[in-house]
Parts: sequence; structure tokens; C-alpha cells
Amino acid sequence: MSTETPPTTSESARPATSANSRPVAANSNGNGGSNGPGEITTEQVAHLANLARINLTTAEIAKMTVELAAIVENVAKVTEVATPDVPATSHPIPLTNVYRPDVVGETLTQEQALSGAPEHDGSRFRVSAILGEEQ
Amino acid sequence: MSHDLTRLSASNLAEKLTSGEVSSAEATDAHLNRIEAVEPDVHAFLHVAADAARATAKAIDARRADGEKLGPLAGVPIAIKDVLCTIDMPSTAGSKILEGWVPPYDATVVKRLRAAGLVPLGKTNMDEFAMGSSTEHSAYGPTHNPWDLDRIPGGSGGGSAAAVAAFEAPLALGSDTGGSIRQPAALTGSVGMKPTYGGVSRYGAIALASSLDQVGPVSRTVLDSALLHDVIGGHDPRDSTSLRDEWPSFAAAAREGAATRSLKGLTIGIVKELQGDGFQAGVTQRFQEAVELLTAAGAEVVEVSTPSFEYAISAYYLILPAEASSNLAKFDSVRFGLRVNPVGGGTVEDVMSATREAGFGPEVKRRIILGTYALSAGYYDAYYGSAQKVRTLIQRDFARVFADVDVLVSPSAPTTAFKLGEKLDDPLAMYLNDLTTIPANLAGVPGISLPVGLAPEDGLPVGIQFMAPAREDARLYKLGATLEALLEDKWGHTLLSQAPDLAPQEMFASEEGAV
Amino acid sequence: MAKAELMPYDKAIEMFEPVLGFEVHVELNTKTKMFSDAPNFFGGEPNTNVTPVDLGLPGSLPVVNEQAVKYSISLGLALGCSIAPSSRFARKNYFYPDLAKNYQISQFDEPIAFSGSVEVELPDGRLFTVPIERAHMEEDAGKLTHVGGATGRIQGAEYSLVDYNRAGVPLVEIVTDIIYGAESDAPELAKAYVSTIRDIVVSLGISDAKMERGNLRCDANISLRPRTAPGEPPAKLGTRTETKNVNSLRSVERAIRYEIQRQAAILAKGGTITQETRHWHEDTGETSAGRPKSDADDYRYFPEPDLLPVEPSAELIEELRAALPEAPALRRRRLKADWGFTDLEFQDVVNSGLLNEIVATTAAGASAQSARKWWTGEIARVANVRGVDASSLVSPLHVSELVALVDAGTLTDRLARQVLDGVIEGEGTPDEVVASRGLAVVSDDGALIVAIDEALASQPDVLAKIRDGKVQAAGAVIGAVMKAMKGQADAARVRELVLERANA
Repeated sequence: MSTETPPTTSESARPATSANSRPVAANSNGNGGSNGPGEITTEQVAHLANLARINLTTAEIAKMTVELAAIVENVAKVTEVATPDVPATSHPIPLTNVYRPDVVGETLTQEQALSGAPEHDGSRFRVSAILGEEQ
Repeated sequence: MSHDLTRLSASNLAEKLTSGEVSSAEATDAHLNRIEAVEPDVHAFLHVAADAARATAKAIDARRADGEKLGPLAGVPIAIKDVLCTIDMPSTAGSKILEGWVPPYDATVVKRLRAAGLVPLGKTNMDEFAMGSSTEHSAYGPTHNPWDLDRIPGGSGGGSAAAVAAFEAPLALGSDTGGSIRQPAALTGSVGMKPTYGGVSRYGAIALASSLDQVGPVSRTVLDSALLHDVIGGHDPRDSTSLRDEWPSFAAAAREGAATRSLKGLTIGIVKELQGDGFQAGVTQRFQEAVELLTAAGAEVVEVSTPSFEYAISAYYLILPAEASSNLAKFDSVRFGLRVNPVGGGTVEDVMSATREAGFGPEVKRRIILGTYALSAGYYDAYYGSAQKVRTLIQRDFARVFADVDVLVSPSAPTTAFKLGEKLDDPLAMYLNDLTTIPANLAGVPGISLPVGLAPEDGLPVGIQFMAPAREDARLYKLGATLEALLEDKWGHTLLSQAPDLAPQEMFASEEGAV
Repeated sequence: MAKAELMPYDKAIEMFEPVLGFEVHVELNTKTKMFSDAPNFFGGEPNTNVTPVDLGLPGSLPVVNEQAVKYSISLGLALGCSIAPSSRFARKNYFYPDLAKNYQISQFDEPIAFSGSVEVELPDGRLFTVPIERAHMEEDAGKLTHVGGATGRIQGAEYSLVDYNRAGVPLVEIVTDIIYGAESDAPELAKAYVSTIRDIVVSLGISDAKMERGNLRCDANISLRPRTAPGEPPAKLGTRTETKNVNSLRSVERAIRYEIQRQAAILAKGGTITQETRHWHEDTGETSAGRPKSDADDYRYFPEPDLLPVEPSAELIEELRAALPEAPALRRRRLKADWGFTDLEFQDVVNSGLLNEIVATTAAGASAQSARKWWTGEIARVANVRGVDASSLVSPLHVSELVALVDAGTLTDRLARQVLDGVIEGEGTPDEVVASRGLAVVSDDGALIVAIDEALASQPDVLAKIRDGKVQAAGAVIGAVMKAMKGQADAARVRELVLERANA
């Protein structure tokens, strides 16, 4: 038994971008990006299902592709009025600087922490072998 | 006796508890009996905690007997939507993936209602992760509308609404992301309030869409919702989006509204975009009659236009799936919930994918995939980004009209309750049920639904929705209580007294029956 | 793993220009985690320092630790960054079992600090300016333990165990801009950069900054581009690799050197570099291929809806700026001048990593030269033998007391080393060790004179030489006296007395 050394949990887009640009939007044509908004392919749905970690059968993918295409066609309406001069709103009620003092509070017991676990070794959660690497 | 106790409003029951005329144990027993009698038909509950409820009731009675000063709702039974974490009851959010999961903590609102001495009866059914408008997307089977068991009770909080409408509980907690409190209230003839975003803590409410979710009260009267709101509301340091406002007593506002019965000086705006084509005739008719009543009571009623509401559903069905796709990523079989091991084993990635395939229902999968799409590289700006801009436009519309009117009014839902299965295979048709309720969530403003009668064509309840500027929740309770009083004056009874008695074989069958 | 072919370093630099970039993660030493009030402490019993938030339990919500924000602002300022008037948290979505929510709360397009630079001193004393793109706040992940499999590493493991005690520990990620011009100094620059970041966070008091414990972690990006003839435009940037798992200053240097040599060998043969993460192996001194990076990486960042924008007031920023300690590079320059050290002496101190200890020792009263001599000499030697940090052996106060005893003539250097040994062994303060071990210098001239007379009497030839003016001959007598006194005599005083008695 051994442990991996601490993984790094984040990475930044590189080549570096300026602090206030959106690297993803700016430098990526993403998955199946040749399709314009509204067009959805089965390959895309399969890719999305993989990103979302949901197994789908071929039949489910086919059905989902049709449903998603119909939904996306409808919701794409938002682009009609979302002009560049309109700022985005992410929170319904604007607040800022909501903080917590750096004071230790109550923690769960180990038993409570593990109480819902499908599998554990008495102190840690147990999972099957991991294929991929840390991000 | 037992039957009568279930017919009392929470405030009336509370008075009898305070005076000592009735004990909490008796009231709790009456509701547990009613649950036993009607649940086979209604299926409002996913879990009934009969023993715990009886024990809690006895403890409250003992404290009262000791002369302890208890809160106004102490001893009153309550049903809790299964989206809320409860330390002593499973909390599944209507999903297989959380079957049997008992959280190691209570949601803040649950803590507060326990502290106030309310008696939790159990957990109510809901569309899986609150995704739906009919409660048909529950992994544990649908809830039936007490007015017509072949019909849906609305959703996602169909369980809470049906529980109060079927007299299984005088009060319930709901959560409202796009109408999940208000639309079921309308479809079951009950009252439901979505507070101002941040007015009630979300801590311990299993998140659907964080920027839209709001916990709120479900009841049979406006005053009861106000009383419950007083218990659960207020700042919670565990929810960063919780407002620090000092809130007025909503119960006092409701009592004032019921007492005065006058709306002089109040300007009400009818939302042009939330009526007309697509609204059932009987819905429109009862809505207009209610508006006439408001006018007769002295309100100035004007029509206002909010053009960007046309885009609300589209924005909502991008923002919600996007946030939900991320919020629901935590259901991965590692720390809690279901685990499905693929045949022949597999990596943790395989296990996660197999678990989520088996554990999520089709609507949840649909929305997760849609949300993943809306956030993915190359589409973010067109979809999620645009939807957040529409949100700005909708807020501006609200701000503009609220400069001229005190409250807005619309039907709570375009139709009365539809048949089970009717829209299940047509997601887009299902999404349209939330047309009227979604704008309030996008803007964070409060909205209340209360019953205004039965649609002549089908005899099913119709609800009216009022919306007020953010933080003006009290205004809705006051106005709602006034309209409720005016309607009951006119009818000579409550609307829910008209509902079919679902348990004629019940020991204390009501002599009133269905009037 | 097949041994990669490497090009000799000098040749690699002759053919290619190394282009660098670093991502350094700093764990902040706040009392609680970034988004929960669980203690910011890991190690110990697994899954005990967790709340529903750290386990990502359904219904739980994050709340930002105010102290972590202040620390991040201070760090941003120390890195010469602008502090964003408004910055936001964002969710970085990806599934991994150590990530409780399967998204990491980080900052994306609106980091708290951006556009700064850090002066880094190369071993030869030259300064190099490293451009900083940004510093942003985020949360750490839990810890995985891989069980089974031949190597015990992730590959071939049968199953893995997860401890979320570290989940939610506050991190600041410091991202450099692309660094050009390091040339052959690239490995040394890398080491000096990480060392400087460490000095900065230690001087700010915001991190324990122990690389071996993962408090400070460096991911090193490197690519090579072919050199072009003078006057020609530069070649376009080569494909980069990101080397992870580099957990000591020495490894940072070695890993960069290795990657330059490895990439150069591939490119020289007409091969291509795969864009991937690479793992540094301390034992073999090599990197190995990790996860390929591709356009399929799609983290679906979006603004964290459970958190609100961070908008520090100008007053707060100025308050934190005013409280900043002196920049490490400036401080070093000032100390060198104050202490009057030679370049060599000062470089010796810097390389020993004991600058702060020497400062503290001089503050306690010792001269800079004495403090330097003890810390970089005997104490460093013992630390090296024992394989521990010199700073963990003895306190600066005790070192200054030891120096004072030597200066007062109570101890000789040799005795002082024995006293130091006692202090290290936990026998008490230097004064206490002197007393308990009976190590003070014999300052009673009477006892010395008896011993000297004896020694002179037994070595008449030496006595004669001394009387003839051959003063250096006194050494033999001094040695005998010191031996007789078991070293507890001041050699200078013995010498004085020997000459006095010989010529008496």
C-alpha cells in the first residue's frame, strides 16, 4: 500500500490568457464545435453523457438526441435578445463579500461521515480502481 | 373528533393546543390516522415517521404542561418535502440514487421547525430532484390529486400540496425552483408561497438550481403559510445567499389583511404576457372574477407589459439544467447513496457511470445532458451566457413595472390539473406548465398562489398568483389574506371543504361530506 | 519504463530555447477550511476533520473564509499583482473520487489577483523578473490511497481509499506568464522561483510552506523552441509538457533539466512532443508520461451560484499592503549590507535556508558573524547527519546565549560545541548545560600556572626554544596544558601564561 503524493487540483489554460478573458470560450471549439447551436448529433450526446458520467445505450442516445434537439431549438431563443450590451446576472439578489469568520465549528464524527457510504474500510471511503489520473 | 382535527387550519389547531383544548398527541394521532386512511389513494408521502411524530408530540405536550412558553405553532404536525435533509428520516429527493439515505444533519429550516415545536409527520413525494411539474417523475411512483385521483397534483412538490389538500397535514414545507410550490398549490386548491430568494435558508435543501431554489411554506390558508414562514425564515450564516434583513411578522401581515378586507391605495398590475392564448377558459374566468373582487375591494388594477417574460422559459431551461448538471455531479456512489457495480467489475469511472445510469430517471438524465451541453466549451456564451442576460432583462422588466404597481397578478398555472401520463412523453409541453411561475424565480421576487375557485369545465381548482418586489413578502401575505377572506365571504366556505372526501370508510366520516 | 534518451544539457540549450511556466499551489494556514468551519488540518484519523460541506453532502453549501481572502490579497500584493475590485468563484467540473462534489470551487476568468511580477535571484546573484499572470483562490481535494498492485501506485491498484480531511483546505494557485529568456539558467531559475515564493509566503505567515508535506506544490510547464538565425523571426512555441509531483526545490531544478534534455533529444530526431502531464520520480530522476491533454478536456466552468462576488474595499487592500513584510529579495540585500558579509558568506547563508534563524539569533544579541558561523557550521552539520531541519534542533535564543558564553570567555569553541550538543539533546539552556556537564573554561590562573609549570618542566627543550624567542614552539606546551585541563581552558589565555612563565 502506498499513497500518491499530493495531486495538484487545478490547472490553468496555457498559453496564458489575460486575467479577464474566458479561456474556454476564447480558445476552444470544443466538442463537435463545427455544429452551430441547435444542431445536436448522437456523437455529441455520447460525448456529453461521458462528461456527465451517465451510461446510455445506443437507443437511449438516439432518443435523447431527438429530445435535446427539440429542447435546444426552443431554448436557443435566448440568443435573440441577449445582445452584447446586456450584462449577465448570476444571482437574483445582488450581494457581495459574504464571509465566515475563521473559527472552527462542529465536525461530523467519522461514523457519521461514513454512515451513508456504499463501501468503506472503517475510516475511509472505498472505491474501485481508478483508471484516469488526477486532473 | 379525530376527523375534525385534521380539518382545522394550523392557526386554529394552534389555538386549541395553546388553550389546552386539544393535545399535540391527539392532533398528531388524528393526522397519522388520516394518512393511513388516504395514503393508498393519494401517495403524498415517501416516509411516515409515526412513532417519532407521536414521541415528539408527547414531548411538546409535556413541555406545555410544565408551563413552558412555546412558539405559536408548537405541537402542530407538519409534512416535509423529501428534498430537505432530516437527520432522523430518509431524504431521497424522490430519487433512486438516494434511496434510504439518512443525512447526518438537519436542514436549517428543519432545525428551525423542530426548535419551534412543530411535529414532523414524514417526508413528501416529489419529482425526482424537483425536476418536473406533475410529481410523475418521482422514482417512487406518482402522487394523486385529492380532487381527482386520476390527475396529477402538480410538481415538483405534489406530495406536500396533496398532503395539505387531503388533510393529511395542516402544513408542509416545499421548495420552489420554477413553481414547485405555487403550481401544485394551484392544482390542489391549497396555498403556497415562494419567498424572496435568500429569505429562507437553502442549507440542507438538496440543490436543484442554486440560483433559483427557494424553500417555502405550503398550507390551506394564507395565515398558516405566514405563520410557518415566520418560523423558517431569516438569516442563516450557512447559506451565503441568505439575506440579513430583519423581516416583519408575516402572520401579522396576514391577520391585518384578513381583518381589513380593503385594498384601497393598492395598485395591482395584470401581467399581459401571463394570460390569453394557451390558458384554459375556466382558469381565465376564475382569474378575472378574482380580479373583479380585488377591484371591488378598492384596488386599482392596471395591465402591465413585461416583454422579456416571453424568454423566461427558455432562459430557465438553460440555467436550471446547467446548475443542476453540476449540483447533481456529487451523486457518484462514493460517499452516499446508490452504488451499481457493472457486471464483471470495472474502474471507478465505470461504477460511477453505471450508478448514475441506474439511479437517475429519464428526466434527470435529460436535464443533466442538456445542462452539460449548455456549459460546454464553445456553447457557454450562446446558451448559459445568453440565459443569464435574459435574466437581467427579466429583472429590468420587474423593476420597471414595480415602479408603477405594488404587486403583479396572474393565474398561477395555465391549466387545471391534467391527467396522469398526459404530458409525460412530451417534455416541452410539460415545461410550459411553469410559464407563469418561472419569472419570479429568475428575478428572485416572492410569489404566492392561493385558490380562487373551481374551473367550470372540470370542477378542478384554479389558483391566482401575486408577485411583489424582492423583500416585500409581507405585502403578499396581507393581500393574499384579504382576497382569501373576500372569496370565503362570497362562497360561505373554504374551497378545500369542497374536495371529495377520500376516506368515507374512515371511522369518523365527516357528516359534512362534499358540499 | 524504458529509459528515455537524453541530449547533453549544453547541446540542448545550444539548439533550443527553453520556455517556462509555473503553477504553484500554496496551502494557506488558516484555522478553518476555505468554505467550511472544519479545522484546516489533515493527517491524523481519516474523515474526522469534515463537515457536510467537505464531504459534498446533498444540501450542504459553501461559505467563504474571510481570513483566506485576506491572506490571498496579501499574497497577491506581495507578488506585485493588482487586486481585482470584483472577483468571483467558479465551478470547475470534473469527476474524480477525491473531489467530493465532483467540481472544484476555484476562480476562473475573474481571479482575485492578476498581473504581477517577482524578482528572483539566481545562484550567481543576478536578478530575474518572473512575470505573474494571476493568483486565485480555490480548495484542495481529498487524499487517495491506492491499494494493491505491484507498485502501489495508481496503475494496477485493486481499489482506492478516500480521506476527505484535506478536502476544502484553502489554496492559492499562482500562475506565471510565459517565461522567456531563462536560457541555460532555466533549472536554477525554476528552483529560485519556487524558493522565492516559499520565502514570500513564509514571511507573510500565511502558509507552512513545507514542500515535502505538500503545503507548496509546483507544476512546471516547459517547452522548447528551435533557435533561429539572427534577424529571423523567432520560431513558434513548441508543445509543452506539465510536470507534476515535484515536491522539493532540488526536484524542481532536476525535473526542468531532465525535461529539457528529454524534449531536445526527441525534437532533434524529428519527433514531436506530446502535450501531456508528466510525473516526476524523485528516485529515478526521470519524468514519466501521464494524462494526455486534449481538446476533450472540458471543465464547464461557470460562476459558482452558491457564492457571491469578492469585492475588497480599497481601504482593506491598503491596510493589507501597509502590513506587508519587506520583499524577500530586498530584505536579503539589506541584510547583506547590514551584516557586512562577503558575497560568498551571504550566498552560503541563503543556500543554507537559515536566513531567518540568523536574523532571529542576531536579534537576540549575537553578532551576525557568530550567528552565521554556528548555524551554517556546527548546527547545519548535525542537522545533515541526523537528516532533519537545522531550525528544528535549537532555538535562535539558545544559539545567541551560546555565542554570548563564548564571547565572555566562559566557553571555548570546542566546549561550546559540547554545550550545543547538550542543548540539542534537550538538557536545557546553554547555561544549564554548562552547569550540568561542568563544561566551563577554567579561568583560575592558579590552576593553569600549575599545569603550565609542570609542562614546561617536562619539556626543557621547548622551554629553551621559547626563551630563544622561538615563540611558535609554545604550541607543544599549550597542547599539553589543554590536554591536562581536559579542554576546559581558554587557549589564548594559556598561551599568554605559557610565554609569561617561560620568560619568568
